[in-house]
Amino acid sequence: MWSGNPLFPEAASTVASRVDALYIFLVALTLFFVALIAGLVIFFGIKYRRRQPDEIGARIHGGLILEIAWSVIPLIISLGIFAWSADLFFAMSRPPDEAMNIYVVGKQWMWKVQHIDGQREINQLHIPVGRKVKLTMTSEDVIHDFFIPEFRVKADVIPGRYTTIWFEATKPGTYRLFCAEYCGNKHSGMIGEVIVQEPNDFQAWMHGGLSQGSLAAAGEQLFSDLACNTCHRSDTQGRGPALTGVYGSTVALMSGVNATADEAYIRESILTPAAKVVNGFQPIMPTFQGLVTEEQLLQLIEYVKSLKAPGQTAAASHEGAAAPGAAAPAH
Amino acid sequence: MLPEAVAHNHGGHHPMLAHHFDSLEEQNVASTLGMWVFLVTEVLFFGGLFMAYTLYRMWYPDAFALSSNELDIRWGAFNTAVLIGSSLTMALAVHAAQTGERSKLVTFLILTMVLGTVFLGVKGIEYADKFEHHHVPGLNFHFEPVSEMAHAQIFFSLYFVMTGLHAIHMIVGLGIMTWMLVWSMNGTITKEYASPIEISGLYWHFVDIVWIFLFPLLYLLGRTLPAVTH
Amino acid sequence: MSSNTVLMPERHYLNDGHSLKSWLLTKDHKRIALLYLFAVTFFFLIGGAFAAMIRLELATPAGDLVSDETYNKMFTMHGVMMVFFFLIPVVPAILGNFLLPIMIGAKDLAFPKLNLASWYIYMLGSFFTLYAIVTSGLDTGWTFYTPFSSTASTTAVIPAGIGVFINGFSSILTGLNFIVTVHRMRAPGMTWFRMPLFVWAHYATAIVMVLGTPVIAITLVMLVAERAFHFGIFDPAVGGDPVLFQHLFWFYSHPAVYIMILPAMGVISELIAAGCRKQVFGYSFVAFSSLAIAVIGFLVWGHHMFVAGMSVYAALVFSFLSFIVAIPSAVKVFNWTATMYKGSVSWDTPMLYAIGFIGLFSIGGLTGLFLASMGLDIHLTDTYFIVAHFHYVMVGGTILAYLGGIHYWFPKMTGRMYSEFLGRLSAGIVFIGFNLTFFPQFILGYLGMPRRYHTYPADMQMLNVLSSAGASILAVGFTLPLFYLAYAWKYGPVAGSNPWGAVGLEWNTTSPPPTTNFEETPVVTWDAYEYPTPVEGHVA
Repeated sequence: MWSGNPLFPEAASTVASRVDALYIFLVALTLFFVALIAGLVIFFGIKYRRRQPDEIGARIHGGLILEIAWSVIPLIISLGIFAWSADLFFAMSRPPDEAMNIYVVGKQWMWKVQHIDGQREINQLHIPVGRKVKLTMTSEDVIHDFFIPEFRVKADVIPGRYTTIWFEATKPGTYRLFCAEYCGNKHSGMIGEVIVQEPNDFQAWMHGGLSQGSLAAAGEQLFSDLACNTCHRSDTQGRGPALTGVYGSTVALMSGVNATADEAYIRESILTPAAKVVNGFQPIMPTFQGLVTEEQLLQLIEYVKSLKAPGQTAAASHEGAAAPGAAAPAH
Repeated sequence: MLPEAVAHNHGGHHPMLAHHFDSLEEQNVASTLGMWVFLVTEVLFFGGLFMAYTLYRMWYPDAFALSSNELDIRWGAFNTAVLIGSSLTMALAVHAAQTGERSKLVTFLILTMVLGTVFLGVKGIEYADKFEHHHVPGLNFHFEPVSEMAHAQIFFSLYFVMTGLHAIHMIVGLGIMTWMLVWSMNGTITKEYASPIEISGLYWHFVDIVWIFLFPLLYLLGRTLPAVTH
Repeated sequence: MSSNTVLMPERHYLNDGHSLKSWLLTKDHKRIALLYLFAVTFFFLIGGAFAAMIRLELATPAGDLVSDETYNKMFTMHGVMMVFFFLIPVVPAILGNFLLPIMIGAKDLAFPKLNLASWYIYMLGSFFTLYAIVTSGLDTGWTFYTPFSSTASTTAVIPAGIGVFINGFSSILTGLNFIVTVHRMRAPGMTWFRMPLFVWAHYATAIVMVLGTPVIAITLVMLVAERAFHFGIFDPAVGGDPVLFQHLFWFYSHPAVYIMILPAMGVISELIAAGCRKQVFGYSFVAFSSLAIAVIGFLVWGHHMFVAGMSVYAALVFSFLSFIVAIPSAVKVFNWTATMYKGSVSWDTPMLYAIGFIGLFSIGGLTGLFLASMGLDIHLTDTYFIVAHFHYVMVGGTILAYLGGIHYWFPKMTGRMYSEFLGRLSAGIVFIGFNLTFFPQFILGYLGMPRRYHTYPADMQMLNVLSSAGASILAVGFTLPLFYLAYAWKYGPVAGSNPWGAVGLEWNTTSPPPTTNFEETPVVTWDAYEYPTPVEGHVA
């Protein structure tokens, strides 16, 4: 956890060392320029200090060469830093496809973590070392922010939409989790732990404790309880589109545009169905706004994701089938 | 106002010339520039609302189209004609001031104010109508079809803030016109000192222009789209 | 320059009428500047008191001084007071109001009554905000993010929102006044490129005030409407977008930081020129840099929102422009440094503050590059790194420039000189206290200590204790001038019209100046900062 160094945080993710490298470079750059400027100022201040009360300075207007130099050189340096940081940002913003997905719901003032296979955690996140992990997050109330300093990642957690971050932990251990967007009274109490385990220990943890059934299984139950299956039948006779294989596909809408059926699309279709009506269907689906919680939405989404047409591969799961990320990240 | 002229002899320069200006012309130019700068700030002020409106119209075109249909286009068009007419009378008032024709100036100012009041009256009727139809967000808002109600609430929120802010500007405009009317009637406005009328005219035209944008955005856009049925 | 037989002028703006009415109904820009001075100082002390409470609480990791609700109100009100009621008006409404007309040879601003109205509007806005503070307080952060501010907060959001809204108009009208004044009221011969850089800086600032402030005004209108009438514009439950608030808010609030720094940079140009008795190196580059900062500053607001879920491509654009906006500031720093080369450099109080500014603003500005770097900003945003960055530019920058300016123009405004020993002592205390307070916060930020935290992990205490210790020293440095300047106003030695031997129209008139600024309108035939003083005989 605490690296023992009171002045610098541990680097515990694959991206952390890249962030640190950029940081150290900028620190060095800052020290250089501050030393240069401060040095010149002090030097000139002493060398040219006023010796007589009515002494004046030399008549110097300016110098074009200098102006160009000290505009262009900082510009070039800035562009270099920009390119470096943009490259890093691209890598940090795009969760790899093979990342395992974990859901997070933030609310005042706690983190609710939902693993796909059903494990639930409050203010804790267990993950295996060396695996790419993606968090899909939303808030039940105000804006929060999921921040793991030792991984160098954070993202706002916003009501009404999903945001994501991804990371790959490099060292087993327990790391700090903070809420980093002010959210009211117990904002500084909305903290927790990220527990990174060796794969075996992680499997053991996954199988231990009360399993509540996978999210998809809970979603299937809900799908039936809320009577979704009366319109969304698996044949073509339903008043609503069949959902087999819909996740990840491109859907043609009545308005003429296409939409990608990702988590946000499914969530929107449940809460405001009139927003995107599939081509060839009537806009008769009722809204479930206020009838389902954020967690139930996640269950329904996982259920829909699990509906594969025959021949499609199963979605990536926790169960050790995919090799722990041994290859160096290409990003 | 006039008391300054009465209080001391200005030694030959215009009684309305402020002492930090060298000439009435300098003062007029400065005042006019000041009003233009102020109008720029007003553009930015309304701009935030237009930005929000644009965003939500893009996101929820159907709900917005249905909501637009609920606004009475006849009253909207009538009000548009009323305001354009009031800008005409205002321009005529400015011209009358510049040519020193006091009675015409007074007449046109009064006409402008009458038309402005008519506009506000119509807005009052429209607001009352919204109230009856439960289209006022925050006051048991209800909208059919219910599937669009949430997004329609956003439309009507923006409708009230935008037209309400505009109406407040109209009321302020009427206040300014009242002040100009008094000055016109008591002789402060002359051919040499017509700039207060010009500057008030700038403000009035601006408020008119805001409405010219509001009317199509709120009343017209999407009105011709068919309702969402097949 | 000043001899022992210097006397105060007989009639000047301070003794031109002694009644309360002559002050509260004044149209004199100099008196209005003093009205602002007293009001702004008062609000600075309130904001400072909250800061003291914050640092006191943070000296220990546990929340043992005040409850979390109270703490949240304290940091919010510290921010609201300091940003809206201190930093935005401090240089333009005090030094700008006092000096701008004099520096261009005018008798007053273009619209003196509007100037007085601006002060009353400022006071009205502050009363609403103080009302909010003393009733249920405000706990949304000075950034008022929705949906917390529109739905969840139980504090006086509406009165505070109204207060800040009203206060915005003070800023808008001041900016309007400055723009028209610079365009239309320059004395004969005072061309644009003969104007002091202080005037250029205030002109650029005025553009930002006029274009930016209306946007936060309308944003606050929407917020108040949302909260009072449950409109739904920012409410996700009805399809509203809470992030829209952030875009609208930062569209003003980023340019706002240039409202805070540009006038300060204008002060620094004057202090360096006078402190070196030399023209500012690269005058037109510095002038155009002010304009460039004002314009580009409107295009970078998204860098406050890199982790709020914006598209990667939008983030790229905002990051790129954020790097670009740093360049003109760097150009200015280099030009000021070059001005010192072969100057006649004084080490008196205004120059000490100016040199301090150059160092601290450089650190603050360079740490801005850390934050413009998107990949790094993800880690640093919403941590104490941000807090350190903006205090370096706002306090190490704006406040140091303001203090330097107050000392520099103190003899002009009051006719008397302050104690140079106490001035230098305070400058040193401020410098040391400031760095001790805020440098540890860079480290805390990288460690991951989030902002607006009432409690924190125990291993972060050492750095927090250093910061709190520094704060107590800084408080002393800020408080001392209140006393010795007040004393000097009454009992200081008479200064004469040009105690610094500086060049500028303000030094060609008496200290204090007459109500109409000049006995006769000057006719200008020389460039800014042309040493030796070209107007022989006008120097006392």
